[in-house]
Amino acid sequence: MHEDKLRSLISAVKDGQMSRRSFIGRMAAAGFTAPMAGMLLAQGGVAFAQTQPAYKPSKAGGGGPLKLLFWQAVTLINPHFATGTKDQNGSRVFYEPLAGWDKDGNLIPFLAAEIPSRENGGLSPDGATVTWKLKRDVKWHDGQPFTADDVVFNWEYAVDPATAATTSGSYTGLQSVEKVDDHTVRLVFKQPTPFWADPFVGVVGMIIPKHVFGEYKGAKSREAPANLKPIGTGPYRFVDFKPGDILRGERNPTYHIPNQPHFDTIEIKGGGDAVSAARAVIQTGEFDYAWNMQVEDDVLKRMEAGGRGKVITVPSGDIEFIILNTTDPWTEIEGERSHAKSKHPTLTDPAVRQAINLLIDRDSVQRFIYGRGGTATANFVNAPEQFRSPNMKYEFNIDKANKILDEAGWKRGADGIREKDGKKLKYVFQTSINSPRQKTQAIIKQACQKAGIDLELKSVTATVFFSSDVANPDTYTKLYCDMQMYTTTQPQPDPERFLNQFVSWEVATKENKWQGRNISRYVDPQADEAYRAAQKELDPVKRAALFIKMNDIFCSANVILPVISRTRTAACSNTLVPNYSGWDADLWTLNSWYREA
Amino acid sequence: MTDYVIRRLLIAIPSLLGISLILFTVLALAPGDPFSELATNPNIPPEVRANLREKFGLDDPILVRYLRWLAAMAQGDWGFSFASRVNVDTLILQRVPTTLFVIGSSQLLALAIALPVGIFAATRPYSVFDQIANTLAFIGFSLPTFFTGLLLILIFSIKLDWLPFVYRADIAETGWRWYWEHLRQAIMPILVLGLFQAASYTRYVRSAVLDVVRLDYVTTARAKGLSEPVVTLRHVARNALIPVVTLVALQMPAVFGGAIVTEQIFRIPGIGSLLINAMLANDTPVVMAVTFVFACLVVFFNLLADVLYGWLDPRISFR
Repeated sequence: MHEDKLRSLISAVKDGQMSRRSFIGRMAAAGFTAPMAGMLLAQGGVAFAQTQPAYKPSKAGGGGPLKLLFWQAVTLINPHFATGTKDQNGSRVFYEPLAGWDKDGNLIPFLAAEIPSRENGGLSPDGATVTWKLKRDVKWHDGQPFTADDVVFNWEYAVDPATAATTSGSYTGLQSVEKVDDHTVRLVFKQPTPFWADPFVGVVGMIIPKHVFGEYKGAKSREAPANLKPIGTGPYRFVDFKPGDILRGERNPTYHIPNQPHFDTIEIKGGGDAVSAARAVIQTGEFDYAWNMQVEDDVLKRMEAGGRGKVITVPSGDIEFIILNTTDPWTEIEGERSHAKSKHPTLTDPAVRQAINLLIDRDSVQRFIYGRGGTATANFVNAPEQFRSPNMKYEFNIDKANKILDEAGWKRGADGIREKDGKKLKYVFQTSINSPRQKTQAIIKQACQKAGIDLELKSVTATVFFSSDVANPDTYTKLYCDMQMYTTTQPQPDPERFLNQFVSWEVATKENKWQGRNISRYVDPQADEAYRAAQKELDPVKRAALFIKMNDIFCSANVILPVISRTRTAACSNTLVPNYSGWDADLWTLNSWYREA
Repeated sequence: MTDYVIRRLLIAIPSLLGISLILFTVLALAPGDPFSELATNPNIPPEVRANLREKFGLDDPILVRYLRWLAAMAQGDWGFSFASRVNVDTLILQRVPTTLFVIGSSQLLALAIALPVGIFAATRPYSVFDQIANTLAFIGFSLPTFFTGLLLILIFSIKLDWLPFVYRADIAETGWRWYWEHLRQAIMPILVLGLFQAASYTRYVRSAVLDVVRLDYVTTARAKGLSEPVVTLRHVARNALIPVVTLVALQMPAVFGGAIVTEQIFRIPGIGSLLINAMLANDTPVVMAVTFVFACLVVFFNLLADVLYGWLDPRISFR
């Protein structure tokens, strides 16, 4: 490709005549890789990865009604009170954060004019200060202008313990939030923070107006009338809300992005179950979109054949994995079982752990149980791409497992179960009640039997398993079993908080009421060290390497056995064009959803 | 009469107190945590959850929480939902119109079918009509509502594509279209609930009428030369329906409970679905309030049935 041709293409992207995506597509055809093409654009003066999602309609409105179906109904629409994704999505119809996360983990600005970077002076070299430039001419639904005061107020609101905000965890790392001018805010962190894009970003970052909520900060937070009648900056204005049932909105004619949104009204109906929600979108077309399709893939495929909708998926940070307990779950020490200082009689032998890892038929689990709902994996951290370790491999090999156990001296007894020094390889394998999990348990039990390991399968009701009830022995944080399987979620495209499950100071104990995040109780000084280093490391490449190191330590010790990297799944009408991201709310780009004619 | 009602109401107070104490204790002892979804999210530190529990008073002893609830309730404060932070009475009141519409219509439908069919079948026992009515009634109350509900959805929504199977309480239409849309979406749930009730009512009506139809006074009425319709409606039905009225009154609270499944299937925003979702979310104040309302309904309809009974049959006196 000639240099002047290239330059004209770059300037076409710069002027907005050509999309970034089609530029990269052209470059790929000419033999350039996508990151290289991205670099070309960056050097050509086009900001890096700030593409807005594709949007075809040429005017706002005219799209008719948009009907969404959530099988768990929205129960509240104040983003700072949200207890789950249903509430975050409900709030996202009316409120917007400074920026959101796309499916590749890039930041896309909403209320910000641009994404802070070292080049534009938004990020300080010491990593402790972030300056956000706010978009001008943004108006709240009641006509008031959106300013830096609102941003500062959200910080004050969230960190006040009396408010009882569920988002407070994302704001406590801030020393202060200062208003520089009406359209600039400066965030000062208590310490250098490589992952600075948490406060005011994504699902925890939706901004509520100061002039509406100002009086209701702290203990009076529950009394704010706007908790039920939101006034936001979002693409749709509030019409009606019945908690646990229906949420309705209408097009915001003064929305700050021209020609958006496309639909005239929006409606989120809730209730029922996931299967019939899928049916209402895919088969009968009563609704346009259904969220969180936790339905077996077979069922969805049958609906899709000749239907009016389809299933869409996107990778997420959720991981279904197994913990092998290296502490002793059957002896009580200092009033707790699985005490961090105790030793498991047999699982402390690395050979046994390695053998069990070889007995998990991940490919079958993916093919026959999860389908499009997940991908078999050997890694704990799977996304975004730069944090996924290239070093881990998984294998299903019963012969090899048998050989390893033979070599380690575990002999088969009369009942076919291996033993050494009178200790048998008999384990209790626990998980929550959830049909795919019980099927996975059965597959693993079968393979283990062939290698002389006996598994007793145990399933606990999800409400008990995931509760924080200190008195109940069956909660997942207690780990009163030899093996345990569940999904843990990585809500952001940065694994720092996610990986605190691997550090020694987070071990779940009786002392911290089993609220510590390290449930496996396995500790490695190198992992601690890598985590501490990563918390300070400002170079993204080195930081990723440290997280990969932690992943590798735990996975190669066979203490954490990843099984399936889950994908987010939704059902969507054939004509609807949404933008789906695994790192933000489903409705994160609701403004640019449209219907194809 | 008035004395009787007042006495019954006074007796109801300790039983309601007892019910509320048992309900509260069972709910407090049940496993689960309204903030369990926060527990699995690494973004939310445990302190946030601890703070929420403390703010909502979940860490206090059960007795303290019960007395606090009772004191608030006595002042008309029903508490607020943990899940939506909205006052519980607001939540329940939002659901009442839909529940009344769907349950009320299905009860009317049930009676409209059961009364004529039951009476007609009883006046001609073991005729072809009676046999058919009996068989259908038997099938009707043997099939659970979740089965007939799904069956109707499968036939009318998915195969034939005639009716919507998601119920929406507020429809953005006006005039006759509003009525039409409401009717369309309500047909299936009302049919499911109504036919189920009709089946059991038919059997009751039939046996009650059969008991009466052979009594001497009926023969006397016929001997007077009264026409058959007059004998059936004036003399037989009026006396036969006394136990049926009691039964319908006693069924009312049970119907609220029985509608939970149907409401869930058709996504009807009624009280039943409020209860089930609150249970799934461990939203104790809502569960407590709704079950307590159910308890009150049972007590109230029992009293109503007794009073009605005496009014319909003056031979029964209140003492």
